[in-house]
Amino acid sequence: MDFLGLLQILDSTLRLATPLLFACLAGLFSERAGIFDIGLEGKMLASAFLSAAAASYTGNVWLGCLAGIGASLMLAAIHGVASITFRGNQLISGVAINFLASGLTVVVGEAWFGLGGRTPQLMGAARFQEIDLPFAREIADVPLLGPIYANLLSGHSALVYIGLLCVPLTWWVLYRTRFGLRLRAVGENPAAVDTAGVSVVGLRYAAVMICGLLTGLAGAYLATALSAGFVKEMSAGRGFIALAALIFAKWRPWYALGATLLFGLLEALGNRFQTIEVFDITVPTQFMQALPYILTVVILAGFVGRAIPPRAGGEPYIKER
Amino acid sequence: MNDALPKWADIALIPLLNLTLALIVSGLVVGFIGEDPFEVLSLLIEGAVGSADGWSYTLYYATNFIFTGLGVAVAFHARLFNIGGEGQAMLGGLGVALALLYVPWPHWSLALLAAMTGAALFGAAWAAIPAWLQARRGSHIVITTIMFNFIASALMVYLLSRVLLVPGAGGSPETARFAAATNLPAIGDLYALMGWGCVERPIASVCRAPLNIAFLLALLAGFAVWALLWRTRLGYEIRAFGHSEPAALYAGISPTKIIMVAMLISGGLCGLMAINAVMGEAERLVIDPVQGAGFVGIAVALMGRSHPIGICLAALLFGMLYQGGGYVEFDIPAISREMILVIQALVILFTGALDNMVRAPMEALFLNRRRPEPALPTSATRSDGDPKERKVEP
Repeated sequence: MDFLGLLQILDSTLRLATPLLFACLAGLFSERAGIFDIGLEGKMLASAFLSAAAASYTGNVWLGCLAGIGASLMLAAIHGVASITFRGNQLISGVAINFLASGLTVVVGEAWFGLGGRTPQLMGAARFQEIDLPFAREIADVPLLGPIYANLLSGHSALVYIGLLCVPLTWWVLYRTRFGLRLRAVGENPAAVDTAGVSVVGLRYAAVMICGLLTGLAGAYLATALSAGFVKEMSAGRGFIALAALIFAKWRPWYALGATLLFGLLEALGNRFQTIEVFDITVPTQFMQALPYILTVVILAGFVGRAIPPRAGGEPYIKER
Repeated sequence: MNDALPKWADIALIPLLNLTLALIVSGLVVGFIGEDPFEVLSLLIEGAVGSADGWSYTLYYATNFIFTGLGVAVAFHARLFNIGGEGQAMLGGLGVALALLYVPWPHWSLALLAAMTGAALFGAAWAAIPAWLQARRGSHIVITTIMFNFIASALMVYLLSRVLLVPGAGGSPETARFAAATNLPAIGDLYALMGWGCVERPIASVCRAPLNIAFLLALLAGFAVWALLWRTRLGYEIRAFGHSEPAALYAGISPTKIIMVAMLISGGLCGLMAINAVMGEAERLVIDPVQGAGFVGIAVALMGRSHPIGICLAALLFGMLYQGGGYVEFDIPAISREMILVIQALVILFTGALDNMVRAPMEALFLNRRRPEPALPTSATRSDGDPKERKVEP
């Protein structure tokens, strides 16, 4: 494999890691506040559908993106009501949201477009266009750095750059603001936050809604940037992979970037090399496709070091009366 | 507080209210896409239970859901959330196919025993890895079982398209048909035996209905699960572990053992679903023999309060939804099969996650009704002058 081939793989790594990155940061906000969210997958799917539907209807990808975020926020609100207000089981709520999204997207999609659950192909302004970073063409001929800048970093859609910017932003919010301190505290010891006179319910709702916003971006990216339209079950387990990446990253933003890039690389390799020959044995395509899922299990098995989740994660907070 | 509600309200009223809410929201969804919810409902009931033909399909689907529902419920009792029923049932199908394809069984009863062993073993094996990872490495069983669903479907595609494929199957990845001697007795055979006539219909007909002897096996499995959980030491340990892990640990119950055993039983039960779908219905292994039944098991177990009787009733309900849903789709194409997924999600949401939303007001209602009892004499004097009201008072 030559240098340009390597750049191509890294380029698609970045593309494929972006939805995982959004979802992983979304899960980070939610879980740091003590709310487990198995429903990332469903929210991503709902957002992908509605963003593609709205983009094809209005012809404007930004309106589509907004609609997708709206869909994701709706499901996030359901998760919040179930797990914060009514103190239900957060896992069950998340599972319900996943099924709800995979059912509703097809039912509504079929009723609106009649294309077997797809949305019409998105074209032109209904899709996120690739952005050339400044001077990309001019320095493309510089050895080594030129191709890296022009081929790898430049030429992605706006959401890729927004995703990358979200990493330092998340870090800043969590570790450098009062809100972030309280958010982290509410995931470790909600009673202490409550004693300090800060609303546990309010903080957790805020976290769940930020999670909805970010998964909305992940879904919109899937349907309007990575591909050109919605396809049934297009999230393909990315929500769960993002959760595994979150555990791998030990609930920290910069590590989340690394973890999602690793999964992106794996997916990119699986797409690029449909079959690989190892010692005269042909590794089947299906194995390459299952690789991200297998790696998820390996990472969860903790062969990469001990990961300690936020202590109050998954437990509803009951205020003493 | 468990004693705030009378027992009948806890096991019947609350699930019914939750179900009603789920159906109302589903009706709103149907209305939203421009169809008449009441027409859909009446078509659904007609298709599911309006005829012997409908019933025979409804019970066939219910059989699948009893198996997966029981599987999920056994794990629930140990406070484990097994979302991997789908993958475990797929592997169960593989176990059935391997047991039936390579041995010339003389009679279906022997083949059934072998297939059950294969199905349960393969299903349990697929649950064993996530269970071990949960028990020893603390990996989140929800995520690992979901990943094993994806891995199972990749494995099935590989095996069916490369290894078990019959030459000349017309491109669709499936195994050869099982030998005719292994076919399970189906409802049509009973009709022929008793000399009852059955009408050939285009959509659903008793003569060709897939309902088979596995239905009785499912009921037996329900009884076995009840006996295991409430009448054996192991069942007690599973339930104790589910109620409180520290207490179970203090009582000398090994968490590793309980997690492993509960998940093996859970996976085995989900795998047994393949007896019905692969051996009874398809009579060969096709690419997706499970068709979401593993996930329906979650809704069934939640609605049935993880008790075999409740599970059988909830499975019947979902059997009706599946069969009736197909019937509705035939008449109103706008209502696609995924509508069932929506209803399933809403049932999980209302019975599982939003349970307190219904429970809290009901508890308040029952507490209010109970409160006047000790203050009976004063309330009797207060309501003097009204003979009607006095008569009502006990």
